[in-house]
Amino acid sequence: MNLVIVGSGGANIASLQAALDRLNCKATLSTDADTIRAASHVILPGVGAAADAMARLRELSLDAVLRDLNQPVLGICLGMQLLAEASEEDGAACLGLTEDRAKLIRSGPDRAVPHMGWNTVAATRSSPLFTGIPDGSHFYFVHSYALPVSGSTIAQCEYGEPFAAAVQQGNYFGTQFHPERSAKAGARLLANFLALDA
Amino acid sequence: MVGDILELAARYSVDGADELVFYDITASPEGRSVDRQWVAEVTKVLDIPFCVAGGIRSVEDAEAVLNRGADKISINSPALENPDLIEALARRFGSQCVVVGIDSRFEDGDWHVYQYTGNPDKTLGAGRRTLDWVMEAQDRGAGEIVLNCMNQDGVRRGYDNEQLAAVREVCRVPLIASGGAGEVEHFSDVFREARVDGALAASVFHSGELPVPVLKRELIASGIAIRPTVDPESVAA
Repeated sequence: MNLVIVGSGGANIASLQAALDRLNCKATLSTDADTIRAASHVILPGVGAAADAMARLRELSLDAVLRDLNQPVLGICLGMQLLAEASEEDGAACLGLTEDRAKLIRSGPDRAVPHMGWNTVAATRSSPLFTGIPDGSHFYFVHSYALPVSGSTIAQCEYGEPFAAAVQQGNYFGTQFHPERSAKAGARLLANFLALDA
Repeated sequence: MVGDILELAARYSVDGADELVFYDITASPEGRSVDRQWVAEVTKVLDIPFCVAGGIRSVEDAEAVLNRGADKISINSPALENPDLIEALARRFGSQCVVVGIDSRFEDGDWHVYQYTGNPDKTLGAGRRTLDWVMEAQDRGAGEIVLNCMNQDGVRRGYDNEQLAAVREVCRVPLIASGGAGEVEHFSDVFREARVDGALAASVFHSGELPVPVLKRELIASGIAIRPTVDPESVAA
């Protein structure tokens, strides 16, 4: 186990590192291309704006590196949206590992944006990421943009309309929610990710 | 002291609390800031979101707390002293982690904001109507409002549903009820009557009188959609 968290900037990674520590996984935080390529597992976190995060990845020449990984990769929150084609947020072009485009969540009466809180997640197809997690479990979300439900979606959530709560495209995985803040269900999901073959 | 906090935090997470707020209510009147190392200790044990309140007077204060793993910071008296702080925090960290706490009391036919409520000798009216301050705080970038209704606080006769419903009418961001919880019905009433997004309580949980799993089970049975306490057996570790 040699897990690397990509230091994509602006992200508050203390809680993610603590969650991994509780699973006895000592993660390395890095922006070094060789370190990331050599990792058994890669996590792309993200809090902040898509355009800023992509600009930072390009500056560090990590966009090409991240597109070309064969080990399990997990994008969390904004990190999941970075795996997609693009985001409406400042018109950012993302990594393009899926064809999806992140869209601003529409606010409404009794529906504030950012969407913040615990919501149930329903499986749309089977994925090793959700092994042992009862369907309909609650996870913790904090986001203003969301990816539509598509072929890469493995679990969906509903906030005004359905959106992708988790995705998988080959060895690339993503969760819109924060597993590190989602109690037992989140811990199990992280453990499932760590258990994937490198 | 920190050991007690950590034990309590871990217990509440297992019990199914959805979020914890750590109040250092004496911080503001004394002009001191929160001791921040405990935040990192809490981050190590806690797997649910948590918010830190008390003594956060600047972007630097907030950053120190957020970098140690807190999900949100809550400001009360410092926001009244310097409302620009709300904008500065929202710009730097995003509205999602900026909570504005409001202590409010009914007097002379309206709800009014109070500050320095951590110390009875220093508590004073802030010269603002509560509804005005809620609107101003959210316009300045607050991502959540915690309304502590002082008339009800500590008396356990229920939340101030009338005031909370009035605030709900003007509040577009998540609204959290605080002050007055004593029994299960108080929680179901505030969700139904004031359509709040969350209900905060302290003494009724700390005393053990109303365990969180019991509260959640009864609220779900009464038809309120909330996250249940997860049976540890259902998610194999």
